[in-house]
Parts: sequence; structure tokens; C-alpha cells
Amino acid sequence: MVDVDRDDAAPPEGSDAPAPLLRMEGIVKHFPGAKALDGVDLDVLPGEVHCLLGQNGAGKSTLIKVLAGAHQPTAGRIVLDGEEVVIPHPVAALQRGVATIYQELDVVDGLTVAENVFLGHELDRGGFTQRREVAARTRELLARLGHPEIAPHREVGQLSAAGKQVVSMARALSHDARVIVMDEPSAVLDAGEVRNLFRVVRALTEEGVAVVYISHRLEEIREIGDRITVLKNGRTVGRDLPAATTPTAELIRLMTGRNVEYAFPERPGVPDDAPVVLDVEGLGLGGTFDDVSFQVRAGEIVGLAGLVGAGRSEILETLYGARRRTAGSVAVNGRTLRAGSVDAAVAAGIGLCPEERKSQGLVLDEPVYRNVTLSTFARFARGGWLDERAERAAAREQVAALDLRPTDVDRAARTLSGGNQQKALLGRWLVHGCDVLLLDEPTRGVDVGARSELYSLVRRLADAGTAVVVVSSEIPEVLGLADHVLVVSEGRVVHRAPAQDIDEHGVLDLVMEGTTA
Amino acid sequence: MSTQVESPAAGTSRPSWLSGPAGRTIGLVVALVLVAVVGVITGGERFASLDNVMTILRLASVTGVLAIGMTFVITAGGIDLSVGSLTGLASVWASTLATQTMAEDVHWTVMVLTALVVGTAAGVVNGLIIAYGKVVSFIATLAMMIAARGLAEMISGRQTQVVSVDGFLDFFRADVIGVPVLVWIFAVVAVAGWFLFNRTTFGRRTVAVGGNLEASRLAGIKVQRHLLYIYALSGLTAGIAGVMMLGRTTAGTSTNGLYYELEVIAAVVVGGTLLIGGRGTIVGTVIGVLIFAMLTNVFTINNLSISAQNVAKGAIIVVAVLLQQRFARRSAST
Ligand SMILES: Nc1ncnc2c1ncn2[C@@H]1O[C@H](COP(=O)(O)OP(=O)(O)OP(=O)(O)O)[C@@H](O)[C@H]1O
Ligand SMILES: [Mg+2]
Repeated sequence: MVDVDRDDAAPPEGSDAPAPLLRMEGIVKHFPGAKALDGVDLDVLPGEVHCLLGQNGAGKSTLIKVLAGAHQPTAGRIVLDGEEVVIPHPVAALQRGVATIYQELDVVDGLTVAENVFLGHELDRGGFTQRREVAARTRELLARLGHPEIAPHREVGQLSAAGKQVVSMARALSHDARVIVMDEPSAVLDAGEVRNLFRVVRALTEEGVAVVYISHRLEEIREIGDRITVLKNGRTVGRDLPAATTPTAELIRLMTGRNVEYAFPERPGVPDDAPVVLDVEGLGLGGTFDDVSFQVRAGEIVGLAGLVGAGRSEILETLYGARRRTAGSVAVNGRTLRAGSVDAAVAAGIGLCPEERKSQGLVLDEPVYRNVTLSTFARFARGGWLDERAERAAAREQVAALDLRPTDVDRAARTLSGGNQQKALLGRWLVHGCDVLLLDEPTRGVDVGARSELYSLVRRLADAGTAVVVVSSEIPEVLGLADHVLVVSEGRVVHRAPAQDIDEHGVLDLVMEGTTA
Repeated sequence: MSTQVESPAAGTSRPSWLSGPAGRTIGLVVALVLVAVVGVITGGERFASLDNVMTILRLASVTGVLAIGMTFVITAGGIDLSVGSLTGLASVWASTLATQTMAEDVHWTVMVLTALVVGTAAGVVNGLIIAYGKVVSFIATLAMMIAARGLAEMISGRQTQVVSVDGFLDFFRADVIGVPVLVWIFAVVAVAGWFLFNRTTFGRRTVAVGGNLEASRLAGIKVQRHLLYIYALSGLTAGIAGVMMLGRTTAGTSTNGLYYELEVIAAVVVGGTLLIGGRGTIVGTVIGVLIFAMLTNVFTINNLSISAQNVAKGAIIVVAVLLQQRFARRSAST
């Protein structure tokens, strides 16, 4: 393995600079009706963490799918270790030492952890799988990832999203890759898990492995990255930028082509006489959380902070009726909701943007406009007859308001990039019009520019009288956006305070105390 | 090596409209025309006559009505194995001595009503078990398929119940503008099904539920109630099919509609409705049904034995599903 000193890893054109391990040149990828990549260059040195930045839909995932052999480039070349290669299918990529952790979790729920890790390269002897050896190697990989508690024989479907992410990481590690590509790996992880991930990444790069790292969280890139390549509209617009020192404003300008201010919107303050819209009283779900009480007034944003697995999503889903509560009550505008009934909640004016937008949010093969109007198409209809023209118009309005791209509402939701799928979901409830809006990880996978737009959008909704509840794994986001914060740990609310009165450390301390108590 | 890495897929990729819904329909029409050409070549006059066309359409009409209901079920992500048995049960129930006597006394439509109520009620039972009992549709309707056939045997005592109500026979054996009433019924059901599927909230819900049940539920769609409706609808089509069988064969027996579910499912899938749900096409279903009916007709004209016909049909189903899977994989991987 080539040994690289990070400090002089910078200029690739310098004659004494290490040769790039991977070079992608002029990559073009056309989809029917869409130019996803329009000439992208990328060079990655051995032992570096190379970050890819770009807005939603810039082409990051498409680029790495080309590298992984999942897509065939329309034009362009890929050079690995000085040798030009064609990667016709994913197995070829793995054989050449390129392993990928995709943005969408790609684990098989019905198989065990070990079976998932060795999926496609099962260890066998004469056709018999070597279960013991597979289990041992899986255990080793999981330990390396800091998760010795995940048993190799557990069924993956029982794991949390973060657990699944760990499994798909273990799979990438199992290939002894020279290049590991991670597409938004931290999106489903909380602060503690991200620490773990970074430890693993550092260990890998010390061995000379190159890591291509995609994330919308600039703090992470600053911490772990060496160099940055910025994509915009399928082209490379910034290359060889030092990760630690390039100013944020510069990065955002490259990504968006505009000067966007990255800040949380002002809190106008909720008047004391604002009516209580959502009243949650002693809510409990057997074995998951109990005795959760809080009120949200019109115009107020309440944030639930805590670690992944603390029960925050479950709280939202329960008060939404997607899970049947076992204790307590939920009332909207003074009217108590029937337990375990989503349609009662929706009729009462609650909307939920769920955590897993692909499995819980979107009908992926249906066009964007039908996804946007999934909760409201009956309202546009007359006597059961659809009015698709009105639906399209409503969807277009949201597409414009949310700056969702591409703007064609007839495309399948599947073809949208991750962040734009999130916007489509939000658009659904904007069309519906909610008194109470529940947002579960609303900015997961949303780019920096769109994030600040989303924050101001949520604030505007609140200002218009909506009661908002936000769950996010990014503590600064909860603190910056919410008026009032509840800290949740192990299924209990351990602290509540106005957002100004608490900081990130405070939250983390509370969470840790909560878990040891 | 050239500097341009040309995608291996680029050479074979077709214009986008060909892989779209229109393209698939055109493919089906081409298949239908091919079968017709084979029919003309091998059967000549015997195939290409107005009479024979009506025979084909009459052959297609009963399974056609069932296939319209099945398109909704499969698009919603389910399956209904009981439609053949329910067709038999409805035809038996509508032709018992008691029903026929009442029909003579009151009006022949009593028989029709009986069949529709029996079919729909059984469909509601399916729906309740599947939507609220959370039993997978394959098992629930398999049970109904067995039970309904048994019930039909009990009611009929395994006897053939000949229909003697004149009003009923006159109506169902008539032609209107040269086209048999049975075919008209199929046409009406197909057109109504098309509108229901493509133009109403009911159709939208069906596709949404089949495409992503959880997302539909979280969007506030009453998915359980909708599933109940879907199976009730399928049961209703079985009731209609039962009446049509009575009209066509003038006899109610417990073997009416035997194995129809298989031919119906095959026609729906060949027509382009995805077995995993989320995408369906009424037009495709109609063409699929016509392809099967025409094949049967061509085989019969050429004196192919039933056994040989079944082998050929089996092969055709496999090929169609293989093609469809390739399509499904392509759309899932991009
Ligand atoms: N299968 C496809 N068919 C058509 N267009 C596609 C397809 N896949 C991606 N695209 C389009 O290509 C562009 C790039 O998408 P990509 O997923 O690579 O973006 P991204 O940079 O990863 O965004 P995000 O940060 O939101 O994940 C988008 O405009 C997207 O709509
Ligand atoms: Mg992406």
C-alpha cells in the first residue's frame, strides 16, 4: 500500500505528488429526459478522504453509481491505478476493489446480519456455506465498526436504520476494498454513531484506503475530509479544495451559484394567548415510551432532541395514530383523537413527514404530482372523479415554492434525488394544509442551500399559525429551529426548556444521564 | 481502446416511449395480431369469419369480466384465487329450484340479483379476512376457493341444474346489433372498469395501496376499507361471470368456472399488470384476455388437444412473465 503523508497530498499536477488511485474524467450520464452528469472529473488519492459536495440532484449519487457499475456512463473514462477500466456491473467494481455504501439502504430485511454482509460473495466449501466462519468474520467486522453488540445471526429487518447502515458498512469492509464510497452514511446516524464512523474511516485511510465521502453536513466534511470536489448540475465546478480551510460561504456559492446565508430564521416568539393546538397527555406505547406530555400552541415549534433509538419517531408515529397508543390521549384543537387511526388524525389536521421517505413516504413508481396529492386527491375530485389538472397545478405550485428539481411533475418519484424527495413529501402537507405538522428528520439528505430555505419555510408555516413538532438527530438543528425543546431519552422526556436556555452540550449531558439513570 | 466508454446499454436502449405504457400496449397489440395471422394462415375461412370472431369474443367474455376485477386486486398488491369457484357458486345458487321458482313468480332478474349478491358477499368475506384479519390474500382466497367449490357441490348435490326461466334465457342468448349480449356485458364491464381505474379516486387508491401500502396509510388513505372494497369488487365480477355462465351453458353446475382463476391471472399478467402491485392496465388486461381466447380458438380450429393447448399456454405465460420481469427489474434498478 502506498504510504501518504496527508500534508503534501494536495496538488495532483505536481510531479512528485502521489499518483491518483482513482481518476474519473469527463463522465457523462444521460437518463431518458434527464442529463444527470454532464462532464464530471474526480481524482482520488490513496489514503485520503475525498468529499463530494453538491446540491440535491447535482449528480453525486449518479457519479458513484457509475463508479460502482450500477449505471453505465454515456461517455467518459475511469482510470484505476493508472489503468483504464470499464465497470460493466457491480460485481466488477468489487473485484477491482471499489466498494460502495449506497444512500438508500440496500440490505435484505429477511436475511441475517452475516448473510447480508457476505451477500454475493458467500464463503462456501463445495457448495456448503461456512456458517461458523462467516459468523466469526462478521463479528470481527462489526467489532471493528464499534458494534460488537449486533449479533451475526440477527435478522436485519429487526435492526434500526442505524443498525442497517452498520451492516451495509460491514459489507463494504468485507471486500478488502481500496476505494470505499460512502453516500451520505451519516444521514441515519446520531452524533455518537458518527464518531464511530469517523474512527473507522481514519483507520481505513491509515491503511492507504481511499474514502469518497458524500454528506450535506459541512461540519463533518471539515472534520474528516482532506479535499473537496464540488458538483453542480452534473459538472465539476470546484476541485482540489482543502476541506479544512475553504470558507463555508465559498463552498455554498460554488454549490448554488448564489450567495445563500446559512442561518436559522428569527424566532418571533409565541404570544401567551396563542391557543393550544396539540395537547398530548400521558402518552404511552407499551415497552417503547411512556408518560409523554406536552402542548404545542399555534405558531410554536417544539423540537424533540435525543439519540437515535430514544423513541422520538415512535412518539410522533403514535400521536399520529400510525401506532396504537397504550396510554394517554392526544387532542387537536380540544378534540380527542381516536387511538390507532391515521385517517382520524389526518382529518383532524395532523400531517406527518415520516423518517424513511422511501418506505413510509412515497409511492416511488407514481409521478411526483400524485405523490404530492396523495393525501388530497380526493379533495380535488368531484364525486369521485379525479381532477388531475387541478392536482398537477397544485403540485406545480409546491414544486415552485419548494424549489423542487427537476420541475417536471410527471416524472416518477423514484427518479428524484434524495433531498428532492423530501421536498415532495413536505409539499404533500402544504397542499393539505395542516394545523399540526410533524416532521421526522426533515433535513435528512437535504443540501445546505435547501436546508436554510426549509427552515424558513417551517418558520413561515408556524407564523401562519401551524403547530410544528420537529424530530432531528442533529441537535443544533433542533436548538436553532425550535422555540421549545424536549429532551427524550430511553422513552421518557427527561428535560424541557425554551431553546435559548439550552445548548448542545446540555442536551448531550442530559441524554447521557438519562441513559445511565 | 477508445477514450469514449460507450455504455453497453446505450446500444440496446429503445426510445423512451417504447418502454412506456403506450409501448407496452403496442407490443400486446402486435402479439394479438400475430396470433390472428397464425389463425388466418392455419384456419383460413374458418378463422377469419364474422361468426368465428363472435365465437372468440363470447369465449373471452366470461374470463374477461373476471379479469377486470382481478386487475384491481393485483394492482392493489393482492391476488384472488377464488374467482373461479365463486363463479361456480354464483351460477349454482342462481339456478337452484328455489331461486328459479321465485324468478318465475317475480321476475327473471331475481336470478341475476342472487348471483351478484352471492359473489359480492363472498368477496366481502375475502376482504374482511385479508384487510382486517391480516391474512395474506393468497391464503385467504385459496381457502375461499376450496370452500366455495365445496359449497357449490353441496347446494347442487353435484347435479346439473338446467335453467328453464324463459325471460333469463331469452335475454342472455340474444344478440344486439349482431353482437351477443354476453359480449356487450364484457364491453360494459371493461369500459366501466377503465373509468374506475383511471379516472376515479377509487382507482388512484388502488394504485397507491399496491405501490406502497405503508406510505398510503401514513398519507391518510383508509387502506383497510379500500382493500375490503377491492375484494368485494372482485367477488361482484365473479357474480356477473356466474350469470354469464348460466346464460351461455344454460346450466348451473358446481364445476362452472373450474380453473378460471388461473387463466384470468395469466391474462392479467400477460396484459402488463405487475404481479407485485402498484401498476395495472385495463386495456392490457382486455388484450391479454383476447389473446388467450384467440389462442384457444386457433388451437381448437386446428384440432389441437386440450392437453397440448395447455402446454402451449403454459409456455406463453412463462415467456410473458419473463419479459415483464425484465421490465420490472429495469425500472427498479434505475
Ligand atoms: N433513474 C433516473 N432516471 C432519470 N433521472 C434520474 C435518475 N436517477 C437520477 N436522475 C436525475 O439525475 C440527477 C442527479 O441525481 P442524483 O441522485 O445523482 O443527485 P444527488 O447529487 O445524489 O442528490 P442528493 O443530494 O439529493 O442525494 C437528478 O436530477 C435526478 O433527478
Ligand atoms: Mg444522492
